[in-house]
Amino acid sequence: MTVQARFKLSHPGFCLDVNLELPGQGVTALFGPSGCGKTSLLRCMAGLNRSPSGRFSVNGEIWQDGDFFLPVHRRALGYVFQEANLFAHLTIRRNLDYGQSRIAATARRVEFDRAVELLGIGHLLERQPAGLSGGERQRVAIARALLTSPRLLLMDEPLAALDLARKQEFMPYLERLHHELDIPVIYVTHAPDEVARLADHIVVMKEGRALAAGPLTETLARVDLPIRLGEDAGVVLDAVVAEREEQWHLARVEFVGGSLWVRDGGQPIGAKVRVRILARDVSIALAPVSGTSIQNCLSAVVGEMADDSHPALSLLRLTIGPSPLLARLTRRSAVGLGLAPGKAVWAQIKAVALIG
Amino acid sequence: MQDSDLAALVLTVKLASLTTVLLLIIGTPIAWWLARSRSRLKSVIGAIVTLPLVLPPAVIGFYLLVLLGPEGPGGRLTQALGLGLLPFTFAGLVVASVIYSMPFVVQPLQQAFAAIGAQPMEAAATLRASPLDAFFTVALPLAKPGFITAAVLGFAHTVGEFGVVLMMGGNIPGKTQVLSMAIYNHVEALEYAEAHWLAGGMLVFSFAVLLILNSRGWNR
Repeated sequence: MTVQARFKLSHPGFCLDVNLELPGQGVTALFGPSGCGKTSLLRCMAGLNRSPSGRFSVNGEIWQDGDFFLPVHRRALGYVFQEANLFAHLTIRRNLDYGQSRIAATARRVEFDRAVELLGIGHLLERQPAGLSGGERQRVAIARALLTSPRLLLMDEPLAALDLARKQEFMPYLERLHHELDIPVIYVTHAPDEVARLADHIVVMKEGRALAAGPLTETLARVDLPIRLGEDAGVVLDAVVAEREEQWHLARVEFVGGSLWVRDGGQPIGAKVRVRILARDVSIALAPVSGTSIQNCLSAVVGEMADDSHPALSLLRLTIGPSPLLARLTRRSAVGLGLAPGKAVWAQIKAVALIG
Repeated sequence: MQDSDLAALVLTVKLASLTTVLLLIIGTPIAWWLARSRSRLKSVIGAIVTLPLVLPPAVIGFYLLVLLGPEGPGGRLTQALGLGLLPFTFAGLVVASVIYSMPFVVQPLQQAFAAIGAQPMEAAATLRASPLDAFFTVALPLAKPGFITAAVLGFAHTVGEFGVVLMMGGNIPGKTQVLSMAIYNHVEALEYAEAHWLAGGMLVFSFAVLLILNSRGWNR
């Protein structure tokens, strides 16, 4: 179950050169700044751009290999453009029908009503695209793509055209897709919060090349190549709400290897959430500290250490059970504490952000 | 109205209708190609299609006569195909009109196709529509205003032509004499009252066409 992609493209002032093996399930984020080639890569996957001598296969099905090139309309993919790109001359219902009516009835795995319900667009069906808000249009575009029962869903910054409020409104729909449908998604974005919230895997792109690729948590915890999602290095952990203390408005979330107290985000017990912990919010102690305001203090094991952006600082990888954590500390304290790989320490976590 | 005027009116409407239909059929693929192609030939073909816009009608008529006459390559071809010679026939008028009115149909279509852009066609392809399917279900409906403009302009321009049809048709009453020639004949014969009827009718028709086109433009 993998998506294999090997593409080379070069234009004056731009080149794309990747050879990737991506998981055939979950959400893979193609992350990087504007102009790094992530949209070109996505368009090559769809067949909208043609990379000569490229190779692309989805869970064993070859879409491009050498001279063989399956035309876009014969590929079982869904594509969500940056602008929703709905057909202006058709009602929402007929926009949704457009793709669904073009696949064999036996190949339909996503029901019309289910897609409409999943994206909350039931009240829009008889309207024209021009009358919809940006967020509504984008939800319709996603439903329209899903209704072709794709074996691969490609999304090109679907939230880029939305303002912050619309984005917040929209995110839960994407999370539902993620949790409820078993379709691999490749998601292009330059927004760290979207990666932290939605991605299971990440490909970090720079100047047409893949700088790093792998599971999100592992990749973000690499000290040799700190990937800054936004302003600072840090990790994202999958967790489940285990306990809520209503009196203090706190919730305890469990991840593999430990648990953390976070501000209660209103999620019910058992809900899947993600937490993000920045390296600068983690400090190290050799023994459990009492008399501190810090709520989260976890037993951890020191892993690799690497130089950080400033010569005074170093970046330390810790593990709590199997889960990684990044900590930033001065080199002087690292030496003073005698930190070395394998040493047991206590990680004091000053701030945990609950996402999703 | 004289019988010959009525015949000229019927002939004109027939000619303009047939020309418009033919031009929509021929002009659509040309306009599509001009709007979408990145070929170097594009500017050459574009210039050829636009040529009738700037050439004096007499020049087009003259070369068509030479080309389609008994000694011209076109004439030899039509004779070999058993179609006879086209000059001074209704078919000849149609050929001349199609060439003469071509830019008036191709340009609005080309603009309409260019305005649609690549995006809706790409969306259609990702929704399993083959290029031909996408053309008929997405590009054509989206270009509908362009088609209406093209048809109206093509029709009106054919109704108003004079030089080309005079050279090619030869002003034969009931056979190749269209309205504009009938007006010319009336004026030559100093029959101003008859000329007024036809000329005034043309004026009203042309004004109405532009009025309709413009108000459609405002509504969009």
